[in-house]
Amino acid sequence: MSSYIPNTEGDRARILDTLGANTVEELFEAVPAEKRYPSLELPRPLSEIEVRKLLQGMAEKNADLNHHPSFLGAGSYHHFVPSVVDHIIGRGEFYTAYTPYQPEVSQGTLAAIYEFQTMVCALTGMDVANASMYDGATALAEAGLMAVRATRRHKLVTMTSVHPTHRRVLATYTQGMGVEIEEVGRAEDGSADIPHVERALDGAAAALMVQHPNFLGSMEDLARLSELAHGAGALLVASVDPVALGMLKTPGELGADIVVAEGQCLGSPPSYGGPYVGLMASRMKHLRQMPGRLVGMTTDTEGRRGFVLTLQPREQHIRREKATSNICSNEALVALAAATYLAVMGKRGLRQVAELCYHKAHYAAQQIAALPGYERLLGRFFKEFVIRTPVPPAEVNERLWKKGIIGGYELGKEYPDLGDCLLFCVTEMNNRDEIDLLVASLKEIGIGK
Amino acid sequence: MTESLLFELSAPGRVGCRLPELDVPQAALPEELLREELPLPELSEGEVVRHFTRLSQLNFSVDTGFYPLGSCTMKYNPKMHEEVARYAGFTQVHPWQDESTVQGALQLMYELQGYLAEITGLPAVSLQPVAGAHGELTGMLIIRAYHQERGDEGRSTVLVPDSAHGTNPATAAMCGYRVVTVPSDARGNIDVQELGTLMDDSVAAIMLTNPNTLGLFDEHILQVAEIVHGAGGLVYCDGANMNALLGVARPGELGTDVLHLNLHKTFSTPHGGGGPGGGGTAVTEELSAFLPLPVVSRRGQDGAGGDGVEYYLDYERPRSIGPVSGFYGNFGVMVKAYAYLRSLGAKGLREVSENAVLSANYILRGLRGYYDLPYDRSCLHECVFSGKIQAKLGVHTLDIAKRLIDLGFHPPTVYFPLIVDEALMIEPTETESLETLDRFVEAMRQIAHEAETEPEVVQGAPRNTPVSRLDEVGAARKPNLRWQE
Repeated sequence: MSSYIPNTEGDRARILDTLGANTVEELFEAVPAEKRYPSLELPRPLSEIEVRKLLQGMAEKNADLNHHPSFLGAGSYHHFVPSVVDHIIGRGEFYTAYTPYQPEVSQGTLAAIYEFQTMVCALTGMDVANASMYDGATALAEAGLMAVRATRRHKLVTMTSVHPTHRRVLATYTQGMGVEIEEVGRAEDGSADIPHVERALDGAAAALMVQHPNFLGSMEDLARLSELAHGAGALLVASVDPVALGMLKTPGELGADIVVAEGQCLGSPPSYGGPYVGLMASRMKHLRQMPGRLVGMTTDTEGRRGFVLTLQPREQHIRREKATSNICSNEALVALAAATYLAVMGKRGLRQVAELCYHKAHYAAQQIAALPGYERLLGRFFKEFVIRTPVPPAEVNERLWKKGIIGGYELGKEYPDLGDCLLFCVTEMNNRDEIDLLVASLKEIGIGK
Repeated sequence: MTESLLFELSAPGRVGCRLPELDVPQAALPEELLREELPLPELSEGEVVRHFTRLSQLNFSVDTGFYPLGSCTMKYNPKMHEEVARYAGFTQVHPWQDESTVQGALQLMYELQGYLAEITGLPAVSLQPVAGAHGELTGMLIIRAYHQERGDEGRSTVLVPDSAHGTNPATAAMCGYRVVTVPSDARGNIDVQELGTLMDDSVAAIMLTNPNTLGLFDEHILQVAEIVHGAGGLVYCDGANMNALLGVARPGELGTDVLHLNLHKTFSTPHGGGGPGGGGTAVTEELSAFLPLPVVSRRGQDGAGGDGVEYYLDYERPRSIGPVSGFYGNFGVMVKAYAYLRSLGAKGLREVSENAVLSANYILRGLRGYYDLPYDRSCLHECVFSGKIQAKLGVHTLDIAKRLIDLGFHPPTVYFPLIVDEALMIEPTETESLETLDRFVEAMRQIAHEAETEPEVVQGAPRNTPVSRLDEVGAARKPNLRWQE
């Protein structure tokens, strides 16, 4: 028997005896006999020593960011994760608990989520945040559906500068819902093409969906965009970088109605794409259209403070087909990581992280742009910027990799007009030596042309 | 609750983390874009650790006690998984890295897909969905795409049994379908007579759960599939209860076209207080072209050292429904499920289901006669009682649940499935000892006795928790969803 199953042969015999059964198979009598007990072709069982060795071997086939300077971002970011975070989410009391449906024995999870919601509101300048969505992409898709419900309109206007995968997930999520999506291009500086936005915002538009800073790194004028959206009776949905909000004005004060974000940058490693966490916040007036779980503060029978899952009649287990979404499990533990991260970083730390990213990215951009053959495109940015390269981007990356450097994101895959460009990302994890090495390597690659 | 909130513990000027000095020249900050206030708390590192550690101690968890939550499969989460999933070669890997630098990650995903295909009897698997409901959405969009491609546009309805999880009808609605409920028969199966009446060419699919939420294997499952297929519909199976069927039956051989798995239930990855999960979705060969983008694939032949094999992300799939999440799914969760499958093998998997089913029947037998048993037949991995005998005495299922907390157990799932009044849905899993099951049965019998002799003891529970019953009505009426001074 596996070490995870305590029943001995004797225990099984005792249970069978109690049940008045001769064999375990009798319990499966409802399973059609000819389909019962298929023989499964799976590898032989391994001991813990063997499994660890096997997985260590597989892990070592991957190039990891501990050993390679990386300038790759584009929706997943290599930010610093303090040791505290993993120790907290590694506590069995947190990670082996279920969804906190029984509040008397779940105050730990509930209080932490309440703190998470509070800090997401603080970051975004919004009234209310939910307990999390799956990731930034699905948060954007759910925000689109939420806007459709809130306005009873059926068109969503997005920018081509919103993360390409996020836009695709939005298309996936809305394909059965009769929602029309119109995409708007960018202006010279990489921000939204305002005249086109104005045209797209007709009386059918439920929301204008924008990313800030956008996928190409450029700052958007959220205040102007929310003015345009509101003027057309649409909502402004802003997808933001939570680290950038350590220094930038909040989407709340700039007029956003729904704010979403990929929260991986708050205390979680890139993990080859997941688990991540979607943040979602909105104005109070749209509260009842919000998908997902919400934790609220209340009191117990003796007047003591406590926390519960609340406003559940929006959710699938109560409302079934009339729910605001089908979401059930979310990313609670990753949200706990984000809450722990924000608590450790605090008021000063997050600002400092944001500024480190900003200054280092600008240093790198300036150094690279000064190299012969290289050019920085587009306008103001935060931690990501677009560089036109003198050698095809794929070749640049290949040659950087020969020096052990993970280069930028090749934009041509998604933006044919930027086929000769790389999107570089610089964070607090890149020290000056790494940046200088990148710059020197790019110089060499440029000359080698 | 005794623990203060972060915001109350905060004091101006405290820092919890030291960051490096700036080592490059400063750039000009865009002053007009900068925020004035960043209202985050200020605590030292040790205070943060103590705060969250104290919070953790207010939780019930699998690591601390028996958690017989029906349909949730709260089994033991092996510690080794936590370690291997944290190897730097898994966590410190960027999803856009060149495929040649992530062959280990892709191989793990590819092999896990293969194992899950073998277990389910459905040959094509996507690991991209990150939760059960996310797998449902993926699966139902695949079904929608299938009908659409065939030009079969008139199928606007999805049938959902009355015993279904709430996510099923919610998912069908999210895919634009109208939901029609199929009743259960007296033995807890889908009522095939009714199904026959409801099934026509307006039905896209049935979403069923097998074993269903009564813990019962549907005795007419082949007939159900035949009726649905006969009228051109597809069968979606909610795999939340796969812990009953590992190595016992393959849903793909029982007429299922699409099935999602819950890696965080059946395959031992932890629930995390509500996620992250894994909602891998398996489909028939015929539906494989519709799987979400990208699909983890393999090319080349096994050479002497397997040198010829290369794993890659296949984006060249024009019939795909598109991506359902930002990257390739919850990779960290997949590592744990992979470790679990490699530890157990085929024999170990069958032992999982056999012992889970033995345990559930043991509890069923132990409580029969003490609680009403609406469907009196042997169950699979969970059993469902009704608290209606006790309700007549003024002791409701909620009271029973709360009293169990005082006796050291997490309550079962309550008031679900909806077709059972005062439902108590108990799923012990294979990882609990007979001694634990005996203690649980004893506690449940004690509560049944208390309901008769001293109901106030049950009604006033819980007493030994950080808080007593909470005012949920008040919480909903005047929502306080964030801390404000």
